[in-house]
Amino acid sequence: MTYKEILIRYGELSLKGKNRNFFIRKLRDNIRKIMKDLDSVKVKSEHDRMFLFADDPGEMEEAIRRLPEVFGIQSFSPAVHCKADIEVIKETAAGILAGTDREGRTFKVEARRADKTFPLKTNDIQQELGGHLLPLYPELTVKMKNPDIKLLVDIREDGAYLSTETIRGAGGLPAGSNGHALLMLSGGIDSPVAGYMMMKRGLKLDVIHFHSPPFTSEQSKQKVVELAERLSRFGTRVRMHTIHFTEIQQAIQDTMPSALTMTTTRRLMMKITDLVREEIGAKAIVTGESLGQVASQTLDSLSAINEVTNTPVLRPLIALDKLDIISVAENIGTYETSIRPFEDCCTIFTPSHPATKPKTEKVIYYEGNADFGPMIDRAVAGREIIELPLNQKEDPFAGLL
Amino acid sequence: MIYFDNSATTQPDSEVIRTFSAASASFFANPSSLHGLGIEADRLLERSRMQVAELAGMRDGTVVFTSGGTEANNQALFGLARANAGHGKKILMSSVEHPSVLNTADRLRCEGFDVVTVAAGPDGVLDLSDLEEKLTADTIVVSVMHVNNETGAVQPLEQAGRLIRQASPRAVFHSDIVQSFGKLPIPAGPDAISLSAHKFHGLKGSGALILKKNIHILPYLFGGGQQGGLRSGTVPVAHAAALAKAMRLAHESMDRTPYREWRDELIRFFGNFEKIRVIGGTDTAPHILSVAVRGIRGEVAVNALQEHGIYVSTSSACSSRSRRESHVLQAMKLREDFRHGVIRLSFGRQNKLEEITRFKEVFAGFMETIERV
Repeated sequence: MTYKEILIRYGELSLKGKNRNFFIRKLRDNIRKIMKDLDSVKVKSEHDRMFLFADDPGEMEEAIRRLPEVFGIQSFSPAVHCKADIEVIKETAAGILAGTDREGRTFKVEARRADKTFPLKTNDIQQELGGHLLPLYPELTVKMKNPDIKLLVDIREDGAYLSTETIRGAGGLPAGSNGHALLMLSGGIDSPVAGYMMMKRGLKLDVIHFHSPPFTSEQSKQKVVELAERLSRFGTRVRMHTIHFTEIQQAIQDTMPSALTMTTTRRLMMKITDLVREEIGAKAIVTGESLGQVASQTLDSLSAINEVTNTPVLRPLIALDKLDIISVAENIGTYETSIRPFEDCCTIFTPSHPATKPKTEKVIYYEGNADFGPMIDRAVAGREIIELPLNQKEDPFAGLL
Repeated sequence: MIYFDNSATTQPDSEVIRTFSAASASFFANPSSLHGLGIEADRLLERSRMQVAELAGMRDGTVVFTSGGTEANNQALFGLARANAGHGKKILMSSVEHPSVLNTADRLRCEGFDVVTVAAGPDGVLDLSDLEEKLTADTIVVSVMHVNNETGAVQPLEQAGRLIRQASPRAVFHSDIVQSFGKLPIPAGPDAISLSAHKFHGLKGSGALILKKNIHILPYLFGGGQQGGLRSGTVPVAHAAALAKAMRLAHESMDRTPYREWRDELIRFFGNFEKIRVIGGTDTAPHILSVAVRGIRGEVAVNALQEHGIYVSTSSACSSRSRRESHVLQAMKLREDFRHGVIRLSFGRQNKLEEITRFKEVFAGFMETIERV
């Protein structure tokens, strides 16, 4: 049995009261966008669910592959649409079961009747169908709780929808439905995960990256572009701001006692990030910090760094263990890119013993010995901006594979 | 030339050769190198890897690029047996496996594993009740090929997989699908499959072992830790790309070549001769047809056909030069006076219907000659 429809269930969206339509429209547009290259795919939204149609079986398969990545979907089921007539439903159900592995498996029919004009009641539908299917497939046994095969029958005004499989969606809120923030993206494992988690809550992201040529290579920057591009596949375009940081880093080395260079580096990055944030009109800063993971992420360090801004700094990973972060990174496909071994601007100038309990007053005192202001303005003004995903350039391997 | 020995090897597709030479020239860098050229080569390698996994039906699985089917089978058996030795020592395989499985199993026996073979019936098909009997909770690896290289017998891997899940939930199910890839759909059931590029118009010296996600395996070649430590040695990127390409071409042409029609036509044709027995049941793979001619040696037919530019083989190419009788045909209990006269025809996607017609003419002539002797 080939499916031509997918029934999509919203998650939290149903809770959204008067804003509901806005969220549903956003989700529908996001799904359309992600399926843009699949010509036969159509999306239609209704009050409490959405339908995706595809006539081409290959495109259907691809759509099923892509949907689990779309935020705001609780679950979805490939479904067969037929006339809301009990005889037709019976026949369709038998066809669906014929294509499944039935040997020794348990089974149940679950019916819903949104269209109350349908002559049979929910219970009757279930009994009629069970009574038709079980003699056809005697290898099935009925089981009410957790059956292996649950045949869902949904009777609506435009017909009946039958499905046997419910696939979990990504959850969260539709991408871009919940405000705009700026993510500090380093190229390590954590920051892409932090970005992903906030995007999943509906944030639209810009990302900012600090780059110190010639100490950091073009490849290390390329790696960050790839990470940002990966994030941009989760539903909204991502703008990436690259800051040339060499001059400032050298000035920090000249000015600060070595134990405090790291703290000041982070403070100035935060300052620059905040200026860029203001310029683009974003409302928050997102970082991949996790409490106590490294010297800059102790509570003392975090408070010395945070001192430079009043903007909300969202730290979704703050309470996560490294291993949990890694497993998310693997799932979202950023891990392999993140672990490529290039120097970044943080590793190159790291002092051998960075302060884990920097005193904010002391840091501010030493920072007074240099005039960072004009350097910061130059860095912000001179940043490079690109939009991701990049316009599909020629696939260099297309002809080869 | 009419080439009907595609189970021994196939003629590489010119598109595959083009990929190999273009990738060798442009992406020659070591994919483990840090610089831009290395990264480009690594990208091509990863793209090839993804394509291979996807076409093998194991989209998020692990791909180990190997030097061919034999290495893939060695890697599978050594790697899976050793990785699971803590759970048991028992390894099951069919009696008609390729030597790269059977002889590896012999070596594992020396390492203390308990290797048990499962019988095949007279049609060369695995005896499922014998498998069921021999499966135990401490069975760690089961290896059953998909299509037999000598007889074309198709093994019931789906049913076997179900039996294995029930009786030996710990066991990893490996299948050598070297003969079936591109001819039959990938079987459902196995957790790991072996492939060889040159059997589907790819290049010799290239193959892969593909494992479902989360199947634990140990390396058996050691060195610089390439391919995630599973198979050391500088990864031949051009081979990986050519394999991915060959797989794609084979996959796309699968339903386009009417192997079954050709085979059915030839079975009807061979039915005209009293001296000929078709080997294997009706459910053999569509691209392989073995027949036995009473009272002659197979090589007589090979030579006679060759004079007309038609290339076939006696049983499998690996065993056709050795005088030893094929273990597969022994297992099938073929009658004594037929056993030496086996020839195998195996088709590839470059064959055509006219070639089947031409073969029939030539072969009928050959049969007349031997009738007169």
